[in-house]
Amino acid sequence: MDNQKIAVQIDDLTAAYNYKPVLWDIDLSVPEGVLMAIVGPNGAGKSTLIKAILGIIKPIAGSVSIYGKPYSKQRKMVAYVPQKGSVDWDFPTTALDVVMMGTYGSLGWIKRPGQKEKKIALESMEKVGMLAFKNRQISQLSGGQQQRVFLARALAQDAAIYFMDEPFQGVDATTEIAIINILKELRKAGKTVVVVHHDLQTVPEYFDWVTFLNVKKIATGPVKEIFNDDNLTKTYGINYKVAVNK
Amino acid sequence: MSITEYFNLLWDDYTLRTITLGTAVLGAICGMLGSFAVLRKQSLLGDAISHAALPGIALAFLITGAKDSGILMLGALISGLIGTFWIRGITSKTHLKSDTALGLILSIFFGFGMLLLTFIQKQPNANQAGLDKYLFGQAATLMESDVQLMIIVTGISLFVMLLFWKEFKILLFDADYTKTLGFNTKFIDVLITFLIVLAIVLGLQTVGVVLMSAILLAPAAAARQWTNSLGTMVLLAAIFGAFSGVFGTAISASQNNLSTGPVIVLVAGVFVLFSFIFSPKRGLLFREIRFHQNRTDLKLMKTLQFMYGIAQEHENISHPHAIRILNNFHGFTKSSLKKLENEGWIIIQGQQWAITQKGFKQAQEMYNQKTMNE
Repeated sequence: MDNQKIAVQIDDLTAAYNYKPVLWDIDLSVPEGVLMAIVGPNGAGKSTLIKAILGIIKPIAGSVSIYGKPYSKQRKMVAYVPQKGSVDWDFPTTALDVVMMGTYGSLGWIKRPGQKEKKIALESMEKVGMLAFKNRQISQLSGGQQQRVFLARALAQDAAIYFMDEPFQGVDATTEIAIINILKELRKAGKTVVVVHHDLQTVPEYFDWVTFLNVKKIATGPVKEIFNDDNLTKTYGINYKVAVNK
Repeated sequence: MSITEYFNLLWDDYTLRTITLGTAVLGAICGMLGSFAVLRKQSLLGDAISHAALPGIALAFLITGAKDSGILMLGALISGLIGTFWIRGITSKTHLKSDTALGLILSIFFGFGMLLLTFIQKQPNANQAGLDKYLFGQAATLMESDVQLMIIVTGISLFVMLLFWKEFKILLFDADYTKTLGFNTKFIDVLITFLIVLAIVLGLQTVGVVLMSAILLAPAAAARQWTNSLGTMVLLAAIFGAFSGVFGTAISASQNNLSTGPVIVLVAGVFVLFSFIFSPKRGLLFREIRFHQNRTDLKLMKTLQFMYGIAQEHENISHPHAIRILNNFHGFTKSSLKKLENEGWIIIQGQQWAITQKGFKQAQEMYNQKTMNE
């Protein structure tokens, strides 16, 4: 672990909505190749952390670097999977079209997606098992299918680091397993995956790295070492007993 | 003048041709850009912008003393843009929600505009007559130079839209994600908004401040009913808008003293109504029909399930049974039996029915379908 490269380095990150601080002085380094869960109670700033890292909301202070360089210079190395509730699924477009949006970043301004981009999008759809739905209007997709489309869109970016905001929210068990398998495959390919996660029960099973967050960073490290009652209690404020399957 | 006379005259009468071309182009650009407003859920923004343009028109007149439509339009554009940026400022800098901001800007700007209009009317200047036409619009005042301007602006808008199509589309669908891809979302956002303001200002002379938002929204709302593709929606909205312009002008020209703006809006309203009812996928009529269809199909399946249940008990599934035994159970009619026979699922002989291999399989699959889909 010692000579492992740092994929994401966050220093002194502070963010606030109006006057209420949502994130307070976060220092965090995410080693390359981990599958990391961010856990914490509602309002702990988990989504805000991801959004602040990605520049979607402007932090009051702090810096984010990706592989040692400022995030703004490394955007192409980073992919984002927003909460699926954040968009209007009645938008007039198809599943393939949405996945294709993952290639827009590398295309840059004005240039239209062509055969190459379509091929990338189709391959990503196949990886998430959505190829059969490529021409489906997105409002006709189930919640789990919408989540897979979002995942495929991020895969189409072919990034080194993936940030996902509650990808398991409102999906059935089959989809959850399918998604976690894809995440594990990403890790196997040397990618770094950061996931806002709600279900504490599945943390030891799904993830190898974890960050406890409640406005401040409580703890971060390997699940085997720090996923314990002590940290859970510090984060959630109550004596949180979970069955840690080791 | 009847409508047919109007269309005959169209080719000879210069004024009529200018007005018709003007309203058609206006309808097209408004439909096109209105699609973006509708998809961004900024339908009311158009209303606020058009009302916010009124003081600009009045001030432009007060400053220059001229009633040149180009100068008035410039005034409208500036004051419309100021209104738009104030709305955005209020929403982002205060706790107020966007509907409050829209309402505030709309009424304050409109009130100020009306104040200026009454002030202008009291002035002893013969030139002031006609400014109030901007309230409800008057297509008859359209001149060739106005129409030329409309065509140029529409052409530029179309070009910009095609150039930034990909960027517009992704911003409309998922603005946060667009930002993470490295696009300057503020620029795209301002560009779209600017085009919408431009279209509104272009239409004020013809349709007027009060009704302008309808011509922006109605064609887009109608178009949304017919398609699930953004490109088709924009194209359809442009076509609906253009037709509303042409038919609105035709109707108002063929009847005495009907002002054009309201008629264009009403024609656009007819497009909306028709689309809401008759569109195959989202329309009310077909939804109702589909609902009944599904219910009938379901009844049919229930009958087949029942027959399947009976047939299962026999070694020979196609063993005939009396129709009578079906009577006990709800959902069977002569016509539903006939339909089952037409599907080839059962055979009817006299007073007896027998399930076929095909029907047996169909019923079996119904049972398994749930598990197979998972």
